Amino acid sequence: MIITKQKNFDDILSSIGSKPVFLVGCSQCATLCRTGGKDEVVALKQALEAKNVPVSGWIILEPACHQMNDKRLLKDHKEDLKKAKKILVLACGNGAQTLAGLFPEKEIVAGTDTLFLGEISHINEFNKRCILCGECLIDLYGGRCPIAQCPKSMLNGPCGGASHGKCEITQQLDCVWAHIIQELKKRGTVQTLSTIQAPKDWSKACEMNRRIIRDVSK
Amino acid sequence: MTYRSNLEKCLSEGRFTVTAEIGPPKSADPLKIRDKAILLEGYADAFNVTDNQTAVVRMSSLAGSVILLQLELEPIMQMTCRDRNRIGLQSDVLGATALGVRNILCLTGDHQSFGNHPNAKGVFDVDSIQLLQIIKNMRDQGIFQSGDPLLGGRPCVFLGAAANPYADPFEIQVDRLRKKIDAGAEFVQTQSVYNTEKFSVWMDDVCSQGLDKKVHILAGVTPLKSVKMAERMKFHVPGTDVPDTLYERMRTAADPAKEGYRIALQTIQELKTIKGIHGIHITALFWEEIIPSLVTDSGLLLRK
Repeated sequence: MIITKQKNFDDILSSIGSKPVFLVGCSQCATLCRTGGKDEVVALKQALEAKNVPVSGWIILEPACHQMNDKRLLKDHKEDLKKAKKILVLACGNGAQTLAGLFPEKEIVAGTDTLFLGEISHINEFNKRCILCGECLIDLYGGRCPIAQCPKSMLNGPCGGASHGKCEITQQLDCVWAHIIQELKKRGTVQTLSTIQAPKDWSKACEMNRRIIRDVSK
Repeated sequence: MTYRSNLEKCLSEGRFTVTAEIGPPKSADPLKIRDKAILLEGYADAFNVTDNQTAVVRMSSLAGSVILLQLELEPIMQMTCRDRNRIGLQSDVLGATALGVRNILCLTGDHQSFGNHPNAKGVFDVDSIQLLQIIKNMRDQGIFQSGDPLLGGRPCVFLGAAANPYADPFEIQVDRLRKKIDAGAEFVQTQSVYNTEKFSVWMDDVCSQGLDKKVHILAGVTPLKSVKMAERMKFHVPGTDVPDTLYERMRTAADPAKEGYRIALQTIQELKTIKGIHGIHITALFWEEIIPSLVTDSGLLLRK
C-alpha cells in the first residue's frame, strides 16, 4: 500500500488559485488511507466551492496509476475536463504523474504527500515496511526488513543506540532489530545473525531500473 | 589586492591561465602523485585533483591536494556530491581549508554505475549548485547549511564549477551557468572542447548575457592519444562532441598520437581567440607527460 497524507487545505487552495479545477481520487491506496477516496474528494469539492473555487467535475479512478483505465473512465468527463484549468489529484505521486502524462496541457496539482510503502496496521495507523530496494532480504531477518525499518538501514545490526526495544531516533519507534532477534530466537536460528552480511547491491534498486516490460511469451 | 589563491590572482590580472588535471592513484602510494606533480610543475597555474573520477575509487582529492601543497604546487580540490552528504562535505571543506587548500571545484559527480563499484548507493544529498551555495555561505556568512554559525575561522576559498556547452538540451546550458554563478561560482572549467564552432556559439550566448564578466571561464582541452580514444570520446562519453572531420583526421593519421597533439594545439589556438575565454583547462587522460610540450608549443609558458 502506498501511504499518503492529504496536504494542508490552505496549501491546496493556494496551489489551485481561483481557476476551475477538476478533482481526481483513487479507488485503491488513497481510498484506504482516507486521503483520496470518494468521501475525501466530495468533502474537498465542497470546501473548495465554499471558497468560491469552481469545481468542474470529479472522478475516482480505478486506480489512478492505471493509464489505460484512466483513459477509459475519463472519456465520460471530457466536457468537465475541458472547463478545468487545473487537475487536483488526490492519489499518490505516481497517480498524479500518470494524470500529468495524460493531460500535458493542464496544470497538475498534487493534493497529497506520498510517504512510504507500508501496511495499514489498524484504522488510521500505517507502518513503513519496504523501500523497494529491488532485492528482498527479509528471509534472513525473520520476515522483517531492516533496510526499510532501521533508520541506518543496518544489515549487521543492531546499533548501540537502541534501548528497551526502542529506537534511538524516537521512542515512538520500535527497534526493528529487537524484533528480528526475538523472532529468530523463537525459531532457534538466532546464530545466523553472526554471519557478516556483505554490502548490499544497490544497483538492483529502483533507481537503476525505472522500466520493466514483462516477457509474456514464455 | 589580496587574492585567496594563485589561480584567482592569474585570472583577476587577466593572464591567459592554464590549469591541468592530476588524477590521484588507485593506491595509498604518495610517490605516484608526486611524480606527476614534479613532471607538471611550472606548466600550469593550478592543478585539479579529481575526486574519485568516473566513480572509480582513488586516493581522496583532499589528501592528493595536500600532497601537492607539500610540493608547493597549487591544488584545485574537486568535490563531488556522490559519496558524501552535506555533513561530510562541509566537514571536508573545513579540513581542506585548514590544511591550505584555497580552490574548490564543486561537481555533482558521475553516477556510481559508471565506476568500479556499480553496486554502491549514491549519496546525492545535495547537487553541485547547492554545494556551491553551501560553501559560499560558510565563507561569506559564516554559517553552515543548517543555519548554525561557524565558531571561528571561515573557509577562505576560490570557488569553481564545471560547465558543459555540449550537454543536452543545448539551450538551457547558459541558464545553468548563470545559476552556478548565482550560487557562488567564481571560475568555470568547461567540458573538453573538440567542436570549437559549437563552443563559440555557446560563448557568444554567454558573452551576450554578460556572464563572461561575472565568472572566469577556462575551456577544457583533452588531447586525443589514439583512434580508440577518439572513438570513445565521439561515441561513448556522454556530453562530448567530436566532429566528423576531427574523427576522420584521427582515423586516417599515420601517427594518431601526433595528429591528436596537433588537433589539441589547433584547438588551443582557436580557443585563445574566442571572446570571454580566460584560460584553458587541460585534462590529459593517461597522457599527463604531454602537458609540458603542449603548454610550451601553445606559447603559454609564462610561468617557468
